[in-house]
Amino acid sequence: MTSTTPQPRRHGRVRWWTYVLLAAATVACLFPLYWMFIVSTTDSATATEMPPEIVPGDNFVHLAGLVLDTVPFVQSLLNSLFVATAIGVGQAVLCALAGFAFAKLNFWGRNTLFLIVLLTMTVPTQLSVIPQYLIMSWLGWVDTLQALVVPGLASAFGIFWMRQHIIATVSDELLQAARIDGASTWQVFWRIAFPIVRPAAFVLGLFGFITAWNDFLWPFIVLKSPERYTAQIAIKALQNSLDVDLGLAMSGSFLATIPLVVVFILVGRRMVAGILDGAFKG
Amino acid sequence: MVAALTPVRPATPPPPASGISRGLGERLSPYAYIAPFFVIFAAFGLFPFAFTFYVALFDWNPIGDQEFIGLDNFTRMLADPRFWNATRNTVSIWALSTIPQLLLALLLAHVLNNARLRFALFFRMSMLVPYVTSVAATAIVFVQLFDRDFGLLNWLLGLVGVAPVDFVQSTWGSHLLIATMVTWRWFGYTTLLYLASLQAVPRSVYEAAAMDGAGPWQQFRHITVPSLRPMIIFTVVTSTIGGLQIFTEPLLVGTGGPQSCGVVRQCQTLTLFLYEQGFGQFQFGYGSAVGVALFVMVVAIAAINYLLSTRIKADR
Repeated sequence: MTSTTPQPRRHGRVRWWTYVLLAAATVACLFPLYWMFIVSTTDSATATEMPPEIVPGDNFVHLAGLVLDTVPFVQSLLNSLFVATAIGVGQAVLCALAGFAFAKLNFWGRNTLFLIVLLTMTVPTQLSVIPQYLIMSWLGWVDTLQALVVPGLASAFGIFWMRQHIIATVSDELLQAARIDGASTWQVFWRIAFPIVRPAAFVLGLFGFITAWNDFLWPFIVLKSPERYTAQIAIKALQNSLDVDLGLAMSGSFLATIPLVVVFILVGRRMVAGILDGAFKG
Repeated sequence: MVAALTPVRPATPPPPASGISRGLGERLSPYAYIAPFFVIFAAFGLFPFAFTFYVALFDWNPIGDQEFIGLDNFTRMLADPRFWNATRNTVSIWALSTIPQLLLALLLAHVLNNARLRFALFFRMSMLVPYVTSVAATAIVFVQLFDRDFGLLNWLLGLVGVAPVDFVQSTWGSHLLIATMVTWRWFGYTTLLYLASLQAVPRSVYEAAAMDGAGPWQQFRHITVPSLRPMIIFTVVTSTIGGLQIFTEPLLVGTGGPQSCGVVRQCQTLTLFLYEQGFGQFQFGYGSAVGVALFVMVVAIAAINYLLSTRIKADR
C-alpha cells in the first residue's frame, strides 16, 4: 500500500466500512447458533435472567440428559444420518447416470424428457403431500424410513447440475477415443466420465445430505412413532414438552445442529465453490 | 443447447466389421441410465401431482368414504375466510422476507466482489451457516430471542424504553418474526448467487468506471445492479415459490394452536392451512384443493417471470 507504483486494481481499494458491514453480517449469521449454545448450557433460572447471560454455563450435561430422557434422541440422530446419507449418495449416483445420458448419449425422446425434468424443477412437491401420503399408505410405508429415502432420491435439479458439468468438463473426443478402444457405454461412464465429474457429484450429494437432514414437513407427516423420528421431528417433540425445561428444545436443536456444523467446517469451502462456480446461473 | 448436445456415437451404426458392438443392448442402454430417476420421479413426483387434481374433486376421508363432489371443494375454498387469511399471511410474510433479503444480498455481493478483500473465504462461509442450520432449530432459537418476557430482543428494546412486544401473539409481530427467520436463513445463500453472477462481469468494466471517477455508490447503481438483473429475477421467483411453501416456521411459532399458528390464525400460511385441513381435519379433498390453488399461484409466478425475462432480452 505504501508503494508508489500502481497496485493491480479490481475496482478501488477496500474501504473500512466494507469490513464493518461484513463483520456485522457475520455476527448476524453466527449469533443465533452461539445463543443456542448459551441457552443449552445454562439452567432455566439463569436463562431467564435479565440482562441475559452471554457466556456458556455448566448445565449442558444435565440438559442433554433431559433431552435423551424425553425422546429417543440418539436414535433420531442415527435415523437422520441414515436418511441423509442414503439420499445424498443416491442423488449423486442417480443424477450422474441420468446427467451423463442427457449430456453424451443419443436416444429417442431425449430433448422432450429433459424438458420435463426442467419444467418440474419449479413445481414444489409440498402441494401434493396428500396424494404422496396416500401412496405411502397403499405401499405400507407409513412410519418407515424408506418413505423418506426413496422419494428423496429423484432430484430434477441434480440432473440439470450433472448434465451441465459433464458437458463442460468431459470432452467428446475423449469418449470417442475410449469407444474406439472398445469400451462399452458403462465403462465410458464409470471409468472416464464419472471420475472427471466426481467433485460436482460430491457437492450435489452434500447439498442433498443437508437438505434431507433439515427436511421437516414430509417426515413430520409420515413418521408416527418416536423410534422412527428424524432429529428435526425430535426437536418438535421436545418443543411440545416445554414445561419440562426452557432449555430442552434448545439443547435438542443444538445437538441436532452440531453434526451439520462439523460437516460444514470440513467441506463448506466446497459448497461455497459449488455455488460460485455458476451452475446456478439462469 | 443444440450445439452442446453433440452425440458421442455416430448417427448411423458402423458395420459390425468395425469391431465396435452396437447391439440392441447398447441401443437401449441410454434408457437404463435415466430409468432409475424417471421411475422414482413418476411414482413419487408426477403421479401424486396429477392425483392432487383428482382427490380435490372428492369429499375424501382417509378412514371413511370418498364421494365425488365435483368442484364443491373449490367453491367452498374461495368462500372460506381462512383460505384468504392464509393467502394474506403468506403474501405478507413473503414481502417482509424477500425484499430485505434481496437488498441485503445485493449490497453484500457487491462488497464481497473485490479481489483485494481479506478473509473473503471466511465471510463467504459464514454466510452459508444459516442455510446449513435446520429450519426447526432456527425457529426454536428465534422464538426464544423474540420472547415477550425472556427474549433478548425485548430486553434490548426495554433498554431504549420500548414496552415488551408480544411478537408471537400479534399479527404483524408474528409475520415479522417468521420473516426474520426466512431472511436470516437465505440472505447469505442469495449473496453467493449474486456474487457468482458478478464474477462474470469483466473487471475492466469496474476499472474503467473507477478511472472515470465513479464512486462505490455509482459503481453499485450502474454496474452491479444492471448486470445482476437476470439473477435478481431468478431469485425473486425462487423466493416466491419458496415463500408459498413456508410451513415449519409458523408450525413452531404457533403456541396454543400449532396447526393454525395461533388462536386467531395470525400467522397461518397456505401450506400450513393445507396441512391443517389434510392431516388435522382429515379432509384430504379440501386439502388437495388448497394444493391446486398453490399450483395455480406457481404457474402465475412462472408466467410473470417468463414475460419479464423475455422483455429484458428484447431490451438488449
